Amino acid sequence: MKLDTYAENTWCPGCRNFMILTAFKNAISSLVKDGLSKENIVVVGGIGCNSKTIDYLNLNSFSSLHGRPIISAEGIKLGNPKLKVIVFIGDGGCYNEGISHLIHAAKRNTDITVLVHNNSTFALTTGQFTATSPENFKGRSTPEGSVEKPLNPLKLVLASNGTFVARGYAMKMDHLTNLIIKAIKHSGFSFIDILQPCISFFDTTSFYDQKVYEIEEKNLDSPKEALRKIEEWDYNQIDDSQKIPIGIFYKIQKPSYWEKCLGTLNPSKRKKKVNFEEWK
Amino acid sequence: MKKDFSILIGGEAGEGSRKSGSVIAELFSNIGYRIYIYEDYPSLIRGGHNFSQIRANGKEALSHRKGIDFLLALDKRTIEEHKNDLSKDGMIIYNSDNISGKYKGIGIPIKTITKEEGGNPIMKNSVLIGALVKIIGMDWKVVEKVFKKELKKYAEINLKIAKRGFDSSKTLFTIEKIEQKPLPLLTGNEALALGAVKAGLDFYIAYPMTPATGILHFLAEHKKEFNIAVVQLENETGIVNAAVGAAFTGARTMVGTSGGGFALMTEGLSLAAQSENPLVIINSQRMSPGTGVPTYNGQGDLLFTLTAGHGDIVRFVIAPGDADQSCFWAGKILNLSWKYQTPSILLIDKQISESTFSFDQSILNKVEYEKPLLWDKKGNYLRYKDVQNGISPLAFPGEKNVVSKSNSYEHDEFGITVEEKEKVEKMQNKRLRKFREMKKEVDQLEAVKIYGKKKSEKALIVWGSTKGPAKEAAEKLGIKMIQPIILEPFPEDQMKRALKGVKKIALAETNGLGQMEKVLNCYGIKVDKKILKYNSRPFFPEEIEEKLKNF
Repeated sequence: MKLDTYAENTWCPGCRNFMILTAFKNAISSLVKDGLSKENIVVVGGIGCNSKTIDYLNLNSFSSLHGRPIISAEGIKLGNPKLKVIVFIGDGGCYNEGISHLIHAAKRNTDITVLVHNNSTFALTTGQFTATSPENFKGRSTPEGSVEKPLNPLKLVLASNGTFVARGYAMKMDHLTNLIIKAIKHSGFSFIDILQPCISFFDTTSFYDQKVYEIEEKNLDSPKEALRKIEEWDYNQIDDSQKIPIGIFYKIQKPSYWEKCLGTLNPSKRKKKVNFEEWK
Repeated sequence: MKKDFSILIGGEAGEGSRKSGSVIAELFSNIGYRIYIYEDYPSLIRGGHNFSQIRANGKEALSHRKGIDFLLALDKRTIEEHKNDLSKDGMIIYNSDNISGKYKGIGIPIKTITKEEGGNPIMKNSVLIGALVKIIGMDWKVVEKVFKKELKKYAEINLKIAKRGFDSSKTLFTIEKIEQKPLPLLTGNEALALGAVKAGLDFYIAYPMTPATGILHFLAEHKKEFNIAVVQLENETGIVNAAVGAAFTGARTMVGTSGGGFALMTEGLSLAAQSENPLVIINSQRMSPGTGVPTYNGQGDLLFTLTAGHGDIVRFVIAPGDADQSCFWAGKILNLSWKYQTPSILLIDKQISESTFSFDQSILNKVEYEKPLLWDKKGNYLRYKDVQNGISPLAFPGEKNVVSKSNSYEHDEFGITVEEKEKVEKMQNKRLRKFREMKKEVDQLEAVKIYGKKKSEKALIVWGSTKGPAKEAAEKLGIKMIQPIILEPFPEDQMKRALKGVKKIALAETNGLGQMEKVLNCYGIKVDKKILKYNSRPFFPEEIEEKLKNF
């Protein structure tokens, strides 16, 4: 299956986004082989290196604005609930500019998949701190180091009633492929925070290589258990004793937003005739 | 015989004056009168002073007027605030349970009566209505009919209560029945919602904001009958972006808000323009800037709406002036937005949104779903095909052999991001050619309405809700009134034709800067006299008339 486009790839040589792109293409190939219709896939991006991904995919795509890919994806899903909608977004877009949309999409259990390329920095704007940058992050906007502690996005999504909460690592491609397949298959809001070292502005590769370990898929319906695992790492990269679990932390089945709001209605396919005698 | 009545009913918020206002309006409507109701209420839930001012006219009612014929007072404040607005023969019908003093009119112990009849306190309104009906000599059967329709299971007890008011009053004259079919009473918000639905609205998304909230309420209430989707999302930024996403799938989507919410939506407006996704935004203005006077009126968003959003944006801006026009143009703007794949704004205000009008249902016959330009399924699909008129055919995700790439970055025909100067200019040119087509389209539409004395050398230009009071004033003075309805692309030729032979131009609008004057100046139209009102209340026809007397 041809998933590439003619678009020139403009990521830095060796960029970890290549791994995420490959993992995604592998996941899509596998899902299409299993019967997912390629026509029904829509990939959504915003701005940043992460969002260039959609240009490199020969799939329906929607390029949104900074911070808005999740809410754009929600609109797409509500417009035509038959579509499989997958979001590529960065930590800046997801946890800074557009954090309200993340919370509400999780709360509503909108049936979309959110893949966060989390490199803990604004890379395309040359390395400022984001909501997941560690304390003391030195960038050009914080030459003396950021004074803010990072946010734990998994904790946030769990607290927002997300129904699929996972973390992946760009350098563990097969593991990531598997996570993406499961996330897309999940009916409801699925979320993967993907640790993605930025080789130009914040290269965390060796740090993650040492710390990351895979967790087993056990007790996935227990929020308490999920929270315990999520709290093993606080994203601060300061406490050296902490390990970084990757995998699925939480997964439960609940009716999704569109099912509850729309029932059998598909707004993009409805008949346009309305009987005007009936309304009053 | 008098065929023009002005009735004001007022009390504290929560006392039911608004519902009573609409019942009174229905009574007059039932005997053939045309209705306009102005709703005045401060931003609070209990207490304060709310009132509805009803205009019932045998011919046409497009605004309230000065001079109250019947002042129905639930509390003392209503009398104190409005007694000086009474017309020469005006009278007060008031609640003598809690209002003492000598007033021109009749006091009725409405609270006591309601209690005696076993009604709950809000039903005291019915006593006042009963008294009014008796005074104007209206047939009791009309009351029975209207109460049954409006008050449903509470009709019977309210009729009993109203009858006590009826019996306690004397008939002063017998109101004339007008021989014409009663029209349904709708708010501007409801009328525009109907127009949009008729034109194929699939999806309405909003966040509550006065005075646009009524659209959300109305469509949410009727979504099953209309078979459409209606949702409320987290904020206006979210709403506009969700709407552009939904439009990308082929769902005709509309959002509604007021100035502050519209300000938050401007990034999405820009996205829609660049990615060429259709988007209709209702901006129902209220008194701004900032939070302003949130439940009151103003036309202060004109310049902002015409230019909102970053970048070169081609858009339609349409400003209807009453419920009928709002219905028609809401449908039209949805069709236009889809035909030209561009954002559009329907610019109205509180006076249209929340006022009630006699609605001419035949307008709905003029609104149809117009099919947009769809892909012919030949060759590879190019979302941004560089065609002569700039309008690339639409295809949607989920269709066979379609890869539809919508892009917020500048892009090539397929939708891949580009930055090379030649490619950027090529796509800009495509959109500019589309704008030329939009201008041509405007020339084909009735973008400018003319009222009053068409041959007059004096003309009054107004836009939006000011049309109502201005039309009445212009007709009285025997001058021409010109209402540009489409404001972008501006109907330059139609305006110039409308102004042919005109020697003096006056302009009336409810903002402090005279924003329409600036727009007119852009097209070489010079205004000789500006009539501006910016106290957050709409014009009375008499105010415009007065200001134009020596014009």
